Amino acid sequence: MSAHGNGHSDKYYIKIWALLLFFLTISIIGPMFEILWLTIATAFGIALVKATMVASYFMHLNVEKRFVWYLLILSVVLLAVFYFGVAADVMNKQGTNWIDCVSTKTCAPLR
Amino acid sequence: MAHSSPIATSRSATGIPTGRLAMWILLSSEIFIFGGLLVCYILFRLNNPEWATFASHTNTVAGAINTFVLLTSSLFVVLAHSAAEKQNKEKAFKFLWLTIICGFLFLFIKSYEYSSKFSHGYFLTTNTFWSFYFIATALHGIHVIAGMFAMGIISFDVKKGKNFQRVELAGLYWHFVDLVWIFLFPLLYIAK
Repeated sequence: MSAHGNGHSDKYYIKIWALLLFFLTISIIGPMFEILWLTIATAFGIALVKATMVASYFMHLNVEKRFVWYLLILSVVLLAVFYFGVAADVMNKQGTNWIDCVSTKTCAPLR
Repeated sequence: MAHSSPIATSRSATGIPTGRLAMWILLSSEIFIFGGLLVCYILFRLNNPEWATFASHTNTVAGAINTFVLLTSSLFVVLAHSAAEKQNKEKAFKFLWLTIICGFLFLFIKSYEYSSKFSHGYFLTTNTFWSFYFIATALHGIHVIAGMFAMGIISFDVKKGKNFQRVELAGLYWHFVDLVWIFLFPLLYIAK
């Protein structure tokens, strides 16, 4: 049984949890102002902060071996490759020899 | 030759326990599953600003409560892990079941949301936005159910004082389920 990263008391984890709830509150209140930059910062920015905190402190990535980080980063990088690989087509409504008739609402009626 | 413990717990090629390595590999594959689904949703959402009309019908309060429930469940499972590290079987068992109860609460709130959507005429095939909504939340829900089953089974071993290392593995999986929801919540419930 490994005892990595767990010299921590229950109070330590409860403090992290309380901080997560604080960030959750901000991420709910921020978008209520309906200001775009504030919504992005509070809803999505704080989602990244919360995710990092859960990964670091609850999943103990902050004390995990380096190659686990590399494995996870590799997955994210490959995902980004898939995203940008198809984005050029998906984000366009038409190309050289094709047109997205669904989003441009120009599909020929079915016979 | 008799082994006192499974080879997976007594041999490691990487310096970390084999079970934990396997769980990290599983989670990296889950990054593709959920990450792929969510980046697809982001792509489509950016390309269809009119989806804001559909998104306005998601229940932000229910989503926020579910986020609170899952964050609390993450606390419970890490406390279970901490107890398991100290071989405290009663405490580990208790916190595992508190986590499972949070899972039930999450699913109950999700069911209420779904029934509300159905009663308003929003289904999986209503339009692409609702397809994404139901596929993403249902896929996440299935992972929640799987995690609850795993923790339930592990809890009974722990109660007998066996296989404490599995609490950490179940905990890692459960934290990932929480992580996915941390991103789903703003994408589906806040971005309106």
